[in-house]
Amino acid sequence: MDDRRFGAQVVEVPDEVRVRMRGDLDSRADETLSAAYGDVVSLGSQRLTLDFHDVGYINSTGIALVVRLLADARRDGRGVRAVGLTPHYREIFRITRLSDFMDIVEGDAA
Amino acid sequence: MTALTRPLRRLLGRGDPAPSAVTAVPSQPTAIDAPAQSEAIAVDIPESDPLLAYLQSAPGPVDIAKLELDSPAVRAMREAGVALVVPLVSQGELIGTLNLGPRLSEQDYSTDDRRLLTTLAAQAAPAIRVAQLVREQANEAAEKERLAQELRVATLIQQQFLPRQLPQLPQWQVAAYYGPARAVGGDFYDFVEMPDGRIGIAVGDVTDKGVPAALVMARTHSILRAEASRSNSPGEILSRANALLVPEMPAKMFVTCLFAVLDPATGHIVLANAGHNLPFVRTGDAVTELRATGMPLGLMEGIRYEETEGDIAPDSNVLLYSDGLIEAHDGAREMFGFDRLRSALAIDDAGSELLDRLLETLNAFTGPDHEQEDDITLVTLRRSAGVADGDATAGSTALTAFSLPGATGNEREAMDRVAAAVADLGLPGDRLERLKTAVSEAAMNAIEYGSQGHADVPFDVDVAVTPTDVVVRVTDRALSGAVPTDAETPDIVRKLAGEQKPRGWGLFLIEHMVDAMDVSTDDEAGTQTVTLRLSREETSHG
Repeated sequence: MDDRRFGAQVVEVPDEVRVRMRGDLDSRADETLSAAYGDVVSLGSQRLTLDFHDVGYINSTGIALVVRLLADARRDGRGVRAVGLTPHYREIFRITRLSDFMDIVEGDAA
Repeated sequence: MTALTRPLRRLLGRGDPAPSAVTAVPSQPTAIDAPAQSEAIAVDIPESDPLLAYLQSAPGPVDIAKLELDSPAVRAMREAGVALVVPLVSQGELIGTLNLGPRLSEQDYSTDDRRLLTTLAAQAAPAIRVAQLVREQANEAAEKERLAQELRVATLIQQQFLPRQLPQLPQWQVAAYYGPARAVGGDFYDFVEMPDGRIGIAVGDVTDKGVPAALVMARTHSILRAEASRSNSPGEILSRANALLVPEMPAKMFVTCLFAVLDPATGHIVLANAGHNLPFVRTGDAVTELRATGMPLGLMEGIRYEETEGDIAPDSNVLLYSDGLIEAHDGAREMFGFDRLRSALAIDDAGSELLDRLLETLNAFTGPDHEQEDDITLVTLRRSAGVADGDATAGSTALTAFSLPGATGNEREAMDRVAAAVADLGLPGDRLERLKTAVSEAAMNAIEYGSQGHADVPFDVDVAVTPTDVVVRVTDRALSGAVPTDAETPDIVRKLAGEQKPRGWGLFLIEHMVDAMDVSTDDEAGTQTVTLRLSREETSHG
């Protein structure tokens, strides 16, 4: 990926709010991801989809950001699912047991 | 008329004999703006002339015409028409004279005239002395400022060409010191990446001091850099540099230079020498020289430089230096010399930097009030122990080794470089991804704990392959001690409940990504070693 800077776009689609992420998900994504979740809250939807299609790299600090977002979403009674994760990162979500608390959607399913 | 400068230069005034009209003028005859009648002639009285001693002790005005003294100055004064000389003495020191011609009335100077002249001289002398001192000080200050300005320029040139950063070589500690003398000589050192990836190290010394030496240094530095980008051979580089420097070298100047090319992975070193001090290598108690000889640069055309090769074993030191080190003197004017240097080198003290130890030894030798006579340049290389070819794992082949600044984000760079290094091993895609994540996490630990996020504190990565495994070692500088291995195991349930911080996944991920991991730390370095089996069948984690 040429531009690895993290970015997040919050999109409202029927029945859910989707956070489309791009770039590297690491500690430097902190503010952007927090702001995105703020937008999700203001839109009020109870279904949140994290779209990882354009995320090429996630490290442990990025995992920590997902954990925090998931904790916030659970506190707010919001269901979370993840789409677009590569098999490797699906494996990491499984090892860390993030997959026990969010739906991991395989393939390109939206 | 009086003279104001030393050595004593007398101005001879003629024509205006009235004592009351005598004035003090500057010593330069051209500066005198006097009537034609008062034309002044400069007469130097040599230090050896007996007139000086006579005037020094004379109680008052001296009749030159009647003076019986075998003195060239007296004769010169008589020829110039001087009749009376009044010594100007301040604090017992003769600082000038009032020289008077005959009175206009053609009578001798009276007792009253002489008394008046004596009084005048007694009052004028201190004022003239003060004027002399002020002028001397102004001249000295101007000269000092000129020299200081030249030093500033020379220092500025010198500093422009010293490397801003030392090379970061895995398993090597590189240190350099440049201590300019007050007069700033022409020492330099440089590190360059050779076309084949090895590291070139140059140490040199231009004869002469100040701005001329600094300019020649700058030119030599540029030529060496340019030539080192075209050739991997130190002999060829020096030979070409010499050919370029000969036609433009100022008279009586030349450059001594040692150029070494080091392969950090193997410790193999090749060097050529243009009249510079030979480098020393310390291995165990043994101190040896790497011997190569050749003419200094810039003296003669068509010089070829022989190359010497050697191998720097693990736990060895190399020292390259300029002769300011060897030729430093103590208070009794004894030279530091090669014997002291060898003794200082022979101490196998891995706990302290060789460079610091040499400087301490030198400072202890020269004493605290020592004024450095020449530039001192030291470059030291230390190859860490226990990284001999083949490493700890039998039959391993090094794939790559590199260092990166300890800045957040460089874990990604480390990951990509390791991935590139193992690309030809044919690792299954999922196993490559596991290795990449493990390397990234280990590098992040190195940045967080080893460098504490300081970009100028690097971490090293080396990658080797054995018949069964890929072994990646990430070595940091252990600024905040060991990577904590006893931290609480991350628990997603507790994290989601806020009972654990969201972070803390690093070592957990490494452990689950690769087949083995090891963390070791001492005072100076922390090392994380991750091992991944090459084939899927032998994988222990799934």
